[in-house]
Amino acid sequence: MKGLMDACCDKCTHTSETPCKDIVACRITGPLCHESTECSVKTKEAIDYTIYGSNGIRISVGMSTCGLASGAQEVYDEIKEELAKRSLAAKLVEVGCMGSCYAEVIVEVTRKGYPTAIYSDVTPTKVHAILDAYLAGDATGALALRSRSAKMRNEETIPLLEELPFFKHQKRRVLKNCGVIDPESIEEYIISGGYHALSKVLAGMTPEQVIVEVTASGLRGRGDAGFPTGLKWKICNQVPGETKYVICNADEGDPGAFMNRLTVEGDPHKVLEGLTIAGYATGASEGYIFVRAEKPLMAERLKTAIAQARKHGLLGRNILGSKFSFDVKLMLSAGAFVCGEETALIAAIEGKRAMPRPRPPFPATQGLWGKPTTINNVETLAHIPLLLSEGAKEYAGVGSEKSKGTKVYCLAGKVERTGAAEVPVGTTIRRLIFDIGGGVPSGKKFKAIQIGGPSGGCLPEKFLDLPLDYESLQSAGAIMGSGGIVIIDEDTCIVDLAKYFLNFTTAESCGKCSPCRIGLQRMLEAITRITNGKGTEGDLADLREISATVADSSLCALGRTAPNPVLSTMKYFPEEYHAHVEGKTCPAHACVAMMKGYRVEEDKCKGCGLCVKNCPTGSISLTAAEKGPGKAVIDSAKCIRCGQCVNECAFGAIEEEW
Amino acid sequence: MDFIKSVSDKEIVDRIYSHYTHYDPVQSALIPLLQEIQAKLGYLSTAALNRVSELLHLPPSQVYGVATFYHQFRLSPKGEHMITVCRGTACHVHGSLELYNFLNQQLGITPPQDTSPDGLFTVQQVRCLGACALAPVIKVDETVYGKVDHVKIRGILRTARKGGKQE
Repeated sequence: MKGLMDACCDKCTHTSETPCKDIVACRITGPLCHESTECSVKTKEAIDYTIYGSNGIRISVGMSTCGLASGAQEVYDEIKEELAKRSLAAKLVEVGCMGSCYAEVIVEVTRKGYPTAIYSDVTPTKVHAILDAYLAGDATGALALRSRSAKMRNEETIPLLEELPFFKHQKRRVLKNCGVIDPESIEEYIISGGYHALSKVLAGMTPEQVIVEVTASGLRGRGDAGFPTGLKWKICNQVPGETKYVICNADEGDPGAFMNRLTVEGDPHKVLEGLTIAGYATGASEGYIFVRAEKPLMAERLKTAIAQARKHGLLGRNILGSKFSFDVKLMLSAGAFVCGEETALIAAIEGKRAMPRPRPPFPATQGLWGKPTTINNVETLAHIPLLLSEGAKEYAGVGSEKSKGTKVYCLAGKVERTGAAEVPVGTTIRRLIFDIGGGVPSGKKFKAIQIGGPSGGCLPEKFLDLPLDYESLQSAGAIMGSGGIVIIDEDTCIVDLAKYFLNFTTAESCGKCSPCRIGLQRMLEAITRITNGKGTEGDLADLREISATVADSSLCALGRTAPNPVLSTMKYFPEEYHAHVEGKTCPAHACVAMMKGYRVEEDKCKGCGLCVKNCPTGSISLTAAEKGPGKAVIDSAKCIRCGQCVNECAFGAIEEEW
Repeated sequence: MDFIKSVSDKEIVDRIYSHYTHYDPVQSALIPLLQEIQAKLGYLSTAALNRVSELLHLPPSQVYGVATFYHQFRLSPKGEHMITVCRGTACHVHGSLELYNFLNQQLGITPPQDTSPDGLFTVQQVRCLGACALAPVIKVDETVYGKVDHVKIRGILRTARKGGKQE
């Protein structure tokens, strides 16, 4: 028995061709089909070896996209070199991200029998000292520990992970394995309890029973609309038809949201297991995962997971000895925001332009290739294994009255601790932004949150105690969307932000229906006039009126929700719009077209001429001086307010004038 | 590069297409096929698009329609290095539009052109790279850089130039 998935002895006959229904439980507590102390020991050893390698030491580096962007590869290479120098055969693992992106690069060190220490902001130069300290039994320097043992020095000075403000208020279910297990190891997923739900379902539940359980849990779609997942499955299950499909929508295109990327990069098998169960429940034998090409690591992780699941008989014919056969195809999305609309996504998989069509017929009756099709979001599917493992009742113990379970939110923008946090549905915005996120950095003033991306809205300070659930958000003029939250401080212009989203939705409008195609274009023109200082009261009235028309008459949700960012900002920040229209000024100093110009601080200017050289319009010249170089002078009439001179000036001598 | 030039786009498309004949219906291979062609050629040339239309028995208008619909596809050659500026919301509030303009200015690019006159760099915008926590983010070829500013961008360009030019 070399690896955990290998046979313990000749009595084990599990292969993908001859699957054993008990294989998953057997690998954790086995052997199950025969009694053998020797095989039992072998299994335990294989588990140990999987986690710790041969030397009882495991070092993991967070190498998701965010980790890599912070320099995780260099840290990983340094650790590898350091281990070689010390001739230390530790198990070095590339793990996903725990969601605490603000603390990247994160390195976790465990010696079997000792507490795991987590180190933050690791750079290659810190590696040596971290290993020295930890291996000598000293916890000093760690950000947090996973447990306490009283075996290490200075343990008491280091907090536990769940005591850190970022983690204290979280309830980590979907993200439980992220940053902990090796996402490229099916063995580690199984050790963590993976594929237990699939085994349970295939061994003793009918598809209808699965649907009853999912319905009872109260799980609602985590992608956008919050449609009850159990009901969605039931409809597809009841439609007659030999061929049905399930699709996992991993085409995360909502700017500011990255929970799907994080989940898949850190724990791809969980999504795959959820999709397989969805296939079983709805009667599909083929699944698609539609993943965005812009996020290549996601696709890579899924590809590996699918190959492993096939190899070990968890995908393919007669899975775990049952009559259920299921396989999954990975499809790279070429990128179109409108694919959030189910019928558009289906068109994309069929190789066409991703344009939605009127519904009904709904995909549940006529979807991919005209067959009944169920589409679920990554996060929704990631809830399924846990939900079925622990049962609906236990699962529904968390959450709000109308929406059960947890939701992952991404915190980005002007917030101290950026990252992804999983909290019970119904947690207040204040808890999320201030307790978990640590509030706005650099002493700036909190202005608003933007939730739900281009379909969502901006909520000002008075909504901080609003519980985050589908109904409350909708009544406030925002939506849950995928759960991306961008925090805005006093430096962000609310009108410019609304323009940003209109720019986005105008470009992403597929062009099929005219309210969306033309309406959004007209709105963008009006708001651009406003940010350019040429707006009138008429433009504000137009924005309101066209918004109503676009929201009422667009074919799909992209158009119907596209006015939300404009309407919510006009409702909650009317004074900013008026400052632009009447006062011809931008209070946040962001709309540069309204800036008076640039001022040269004469005592700081050294006359180096760098600004003169780099000005794209030739608006800067140097004054003549009797001795030495002169001072820069900017011709305000020729200046296009590009800010290039400010960027180039090494002495900070050029300032904006409002 | 010279090797690729010596083989016509048509031959490259034919070679790639041979891996997609099992798609049923074969027209559903259109997007993956275009993706692989672009990975090989760097863009979708007219010759390549026309060949795809012949092979898949699709009207050229439909192939062109798909190629122009999705963000991933480009119809003009790209520079040696691809710089991708993330324009997600978090990057936007951290000034990514200004960074995009700065990059263009540094490289002498005037939109709607997107490639520097020396052919070394192409600058493109992307909806969201999903590294929002490290905003603003740019990607140079396959490397993602977080929390970038003007100083960092100058350094990144210097490194890319050294790596990109045989001196």
